[in-house]
Amino acid sequence: MHRAEQFTVKNKTDGSLKSRFKNLMIQIYKTRYLQLLALPGLVYFIIFQYIPMYGILMAFQNYKIRNGIWGSEWVWFDQFIKFFKHPYFFRLIRNTVLINVYQIIFVFPIPIIFALLLNEIKNKFYKRFVQTVSYLPHFISLPAIIGMMVMMLSPNGGMVNNIIQALGGEPIYFLTEPGWFRPLYIISDIWTSTGWSAIIYIAALSNVNQELYESATIDGAKRWQKMIHISVPAISPTIIIMLLLNIGKLLSLGAEKVLLLQTPLTYETSEVISTFVYQRGLVYSEYSFSTAVSVFNSVINIMLLYIANTIARKLTETSLW
Amino acid sequence: MVEDRSLSSRVLDVVVHTSMIFMLVVTLYPVLNVLASSLSSSAANDAGIVTIYPIGLTFDNYRMILEAGKVPKAFVNSVIYTVVGTTVNLLMTSSFAYALSRKHLALRKFYMTVAIIPMYFSGGLIPTFLLVKNLGLYNSMWALILPGAISITNFIIMRTFFQGLPAELEESAALDGANDFQILVKIILPLSKAVFFTIGLYYAVGHWNSWFSAMIYFKDSSKYPLQMILREMIIAANSMKDAASSDDFNTAADIVNLNVKGLKYATLFISMFPMLMVYPFIQKHFIKGVMMGSLKG
Repeated sequence: MHRAEQFTVKNKTDGSLKSRFKNLMIQIYKTRYLQLLALPGLVYFIIFQYIPMYGILMAFQNYKIRNGIWGSEWVWFDQFIKFFKHPYFFRLIRNTVLINVYQIIFVFPIPIIFALLLNEIKNKFYKRFVQTVSYLPHFISLPAIIGMMVMMLSPNGGMVNNIIQALGGEPIYFLTEPGWFRPLYIISDIWTSTGWSAIIYIAALSNVNQELYESATIDGAKRWQKMIHISVPAISPTIIIMLLLNIGKLLSLGAEKVLLLQTPLTYETSEVISTFVYQRGLVYSEYSFSTAVSVFNSVINIMLLYIANTIARKLTETSLW
Repeated sequence: MVEDRSLSSRVLDVVVHTSMIFMLVVTLYPVLNVLASSLSSSAANDAGIVTIYPIGLTFDNYRMILEAGKVPKAFVNSVIYTVVGTTVNLLMTSSFAYALSRKHLALRKFYMTVAIIPMYFSGGLIPTFLLVKNLGLYNSMWALILPGAISITNFIIMRTFFQGLPAELEESAALDGANDFQILVKIILPLSKAVFFTIGLYYAVGHWNSWFSAMIYFKDSSKYPLQMILREMIIAANSMKDAASSDDFNTAADIVNLNVKGLKYATLFISMFPMLMVYPFIQKHFIKGVMMGSLKG
């Protein structure tokens, strides 16, 4: 049964081209029911994944819908150069990178701390209750999360501004103030992701051999000492991998949340590469230009991820792929 | 194990319990506040005095939403997209994953390569948008469903599951003369209920909460899912209002806005309600999925 694979990929010297082809056909026929099951998936990947990849060619063109990719004028790197010279180029890079940096500094450590503290709870029911509640935000949609924020931060009767006014302050227009965009993005990120991101650390902690804790207790170790010398080392490989993964994503940031949270008044801090691609491409129909921006972004992302993975492999002998 | 009763242990306990209580309050308060506000009178909402229990209890907000028709329509749309979308997802993902989990499948490595490459490199927003348009799916439900029919992560989780099933079962069935298709239906599927459930829920939550595809692919707002209504009602309206009133002007939009606060809260709660109801029961399946995904991811 395993011969099928060998014939399709490896044995290039075995027999003539014709006999290899014949053999492959026999193998395909033998697995015809499975081939039939794989077919819809293959068609899906070709249509919805590979045809768009081919569409990337338009980044090197001056693409016009009526001419298609075959008939559009080739301009090679002009769209890319246009982006590099764009007045917003540095602003877009800065905004994208800064949100990611803030995520690494402020969002990333919180699930780790949460998992370590949760691990100290002995009561199983209590522990499970806290954990269940902590997943809740993961199941709420982005429009609802941002919607709740808008209501809470409203200058007209929103809870936060009520408190500010009760303390004698002036109401703050959080959503139209460029200086507030990043803090709001990061705070809502913490709210949404803490419980869910902690899962992987909680699982790593539950795999720690309990005898380690017991023998440390016999040696007279205090609880916080066990936490630092047993629990933290147990999850540190996971922490390093997750951290590197985050660093690999330094220049990638989805458009969805930013689009919901930004207003034209905050573009100075809130416009990122992905929202720029959306605006230019779908609002202004500059297909070639925005595809070029997106291709530039993917190429950098792949390079960063590759570097992060290489470092991960060197440091922990575990790689992301 | 001996209980540690030292001072440092008690301090740690205080830190742990304070943090957990803080966590519970911060997570639950906004949701309870939405529920309480949706059941409060407009006077209470305008004054912003509602916390976690209704003030001036009223069901008017829900009644008005039901009568206006926009939200119920969007709710039905969301249900349809979620059910049809999840069904398509499960059919496509499971059949592809099952085929690729069988070691004797000819061309297996080729299929696997085809499935893995898009994980690292994809066409991106614009080429996908133009493809959907060219396929004539613009302004159709299928634009929300077909482009994401197979999620590669979910495909890998399912394939890993199928690979883990004991080979003896199929071998004996194959000896009895069953073909691959009969083996799938009679032996594999009954053993795979849990993985179908888990992956189905992954997809269903994704469909219910999605809005971006609807925004870019739907021209008629009558086709909008609930999340898009939410976006229009609260976020888009607010940014317009804030832009207009940022220099401390009380515009007409402001006044209109104030009166519909309760409606907004009610819509918010309706959009969250199905997920809030099911998630405590399905979370353990999700966790399994996260772990399986992270092993292979």
